Amino acid sequence: MTKLVTASQFADPDAAYVALVEARRSLDEQAAAALDARLVLILANHIGDIDVLREAIALAKGA
Amino acid sequence: MTTSADRKTVYRYDYRRSADQDARAIVRRPVVVVGAGPVGLAAAIDLALRGVPVVLIDDADRIGEGSRGICWAKRTLEICDRLGVGESLVAQGVTWKLGKLYHGDDLVFSFDLLPEDGHKMPAFINLQQYYLEKALVGRAGEIDDIDLRWKNRLVGLEQHNDHVQLTIDTPDGPYRLAADWLIAADGARSSTRDLLGLSFSGVTFEDKFLIADIRMAADLPTERRFWFDPPFHSGQSALMHRQPDNVWRIDLQLGPDADVAEEQKPERVTARLERMLGDRPFDLEWISVYRFNCRRLDRFIHGRVIFVGDAAHQVSPFGARGANSGIQDAENLAWKLGAVIKGEAGEALIGSYETERIQAADENITHSTRSTDFIAPHTDAERALRNAVLALAPKAEFARRMINSGRLSVATFYGSPLSTPDESPFAGSARLGAPLPDCPIRNPDGSAGYLLENLGDGFTLLTFRNGASPPSAPEGVSRLSVGIDIDDADGTLARRLDATPGAVYLLRPDHHLCGRWRKFDRAKVSAARDRALGKL
Ligand SMILES: Cc1cc2nc3c(=O)[nH]c(=O)nc-3n(C[C@H](O)[C@H](O)[C@H](O)COP(=O)(O)OP(=O)(O)OC[C@H]3O[C@@H](n4cnc5c(N)ncnc54)[C@H](O)[C@@H]3O)c2cc1C
Repeated sequence: MTKLVTASQFADPDAAYVALVEARRSLDEQAAAALDARLVLILANHIGDIDVLREAIALAKGA
Repeated sequence: MTTSADRKTVYRYDYRRSADQDARAIVRRPVVVVGAGPVGLAAAIDLALRGVPVVLIDDADRIGEGSRGICWAKRTLEICDRLGVGESLVAQGVTWKLGKLYHGDDLVFSFDLLPEDGHKMPAFINLQQYYLEKALVGRAGEIDDIDLRWKNRLVGLEQHNDHVQLTIDTPDGPYRLAADWLIAADGARSSTRDLLGLSFSGVTFEDKFLIADIRMAADLPTERRFWFDPPFHSGQSALMHRQPDNVWRIDLQLGPDADVAEEQKPERVTARLERMLGDRPFDLEWISVYRFNCRRLDRFIHGRVIFVGDAAHQVSPFGARGANSGIQDAENLAWKLGAVIKGEAGEALIGSYETERIQAADENITHSTRSTDFIAPHTDAERALRNAVLALAPKAEFARRMINSGRLSVATFYGSPLSTPDESPFAGSARLGAPLPDCPIRNPDGSAGYLLENLGDGFTLLTFRNGASPPSAPEGVSRLSVGIDIDDADGTLARRLDATPGAVYLLRPDHHLCGRWRKFDRAKVSAARDRALGKL
């Protein structure tokens, strides 16, 4: 049974994307990767569900 | 912008000496519009149709150079319809509503622009900008109150309290002219802006784009096709869109380091296009290489000088927001300036032009900037995020919704001081401050028609029956009664407006909704009209 939500949830998806882009504006790839790693941990904890996390990992790896 | 290659379709107009050039004293006009591009033309026609005489000057004597706008949005077409050219534009244009997005070889997303039918005007048509300009020039020629002067270049500007004085250069030399109001519609490189020493700041995007118009008898579908990283143009984006006359617009992203002169050489362009189009034969019509900007003036009104269109704000073309929004500027300004000149409203009303159209400009700049940033990421780190969205798109709907190849222009709704707030909630698709949605109606003679073509040039009170005879509208407002003047044949109109029996809707001269009530109250409607005229 899948629990991961892949349907769009943001009222304004462009604004969400921009927030992520702006966070990395002027960072080099390494710094951006470090930022992403921290973001992943923060968001994973926020979700707080190991099944969802595993499904998300599978989706990301398969893409 | 630089251009090469020759196109056949260019229209020329003659310079004619005006009596103003021989007048002993400087002639004073109520309104001079500088720039006969789409926006200046629309402003001049709208004002003249409202009974305001206009002098429209342009430094050129031709239209049709360069690859410019092709996509005209529904709201623009509705405005053009009111100005008298909408139906012919639609007949001449290519109507489209489907868009497809590819990543590499794969189709990742397709969209349909206007699932709602029952609008007179389509969501979009494609039509070369010079055809739109030609239609507007033709229309201007039918109106006595428009004095269109080609080869008249604004070269000097002096501001006074209640007028401006212009110096205009012509093939016969310069002359002077005074105007109570000057509308600056002289485009992105506005002379008026320079003459007033105004700064025009914002973002210039690093990437260069090759814009090619080609003639090709291809049996390809009429849809907007956009590619990220296509096999024929690796690592960049590409766009292909149909225009009339078997002409196709092709945009190829070239990256920041492209050599502008080199990229415009026909053999080089041809090679790029052959990679895209395979062995389909084509002719080059026009080639340009652009860098795009998103920027605007801090203020659109400077004393008696009012900026509209690209002179006031500039956007990248992704989203087709440039001329579309400029024509909405023109319509917003025309009725207000007309009302001020005729003494129906105070000058405060003009201020609301700036309030409303700066909102629109900021919305357009936001969208165009987002699209351009998505298409041309600034850094590798940004590109990695963008590519992640594209990679997830086939599997996750949320990622598809983030793909941004241009959010196409829709009419702006104004959070406006001219609107009277709703007293009770309204559902439906009509929004306070937005243009009234169009709707199919039936005329009293039984023929089919549309709502918008039944609205006049002034304020209109749209009323729905409640059994009693319809209320009489306050002074300065004409009434359109559903059930008498027009019939809501299948209830669509009531649904779109969430109308209950007895409900009334007050529309501005630009057909934006500025007040609505569940039941008629003369004093309230009257106050709302005053408010919409800037009197409160
Ligand atoms: C590649 C490309 C694609 C685009 N696609 C679209 C699209 O699909 N949809 C859309 O809506 N927009 C599009 N645009 C934008 C659109 O072309 C502009 O927004 C539009 O032309 C602006 O109109 P305007 O009347 O404000 O200015 P302009 O069209 O620039 O007209 C200004 C006029 O002023 C005249 N002028 C200048 N200086 C003087 C002077 N000193 N004295 C007298 N006259 C003067 C000029 O000769 C000109 O005729 C596109 C632009 C580009 C470059």
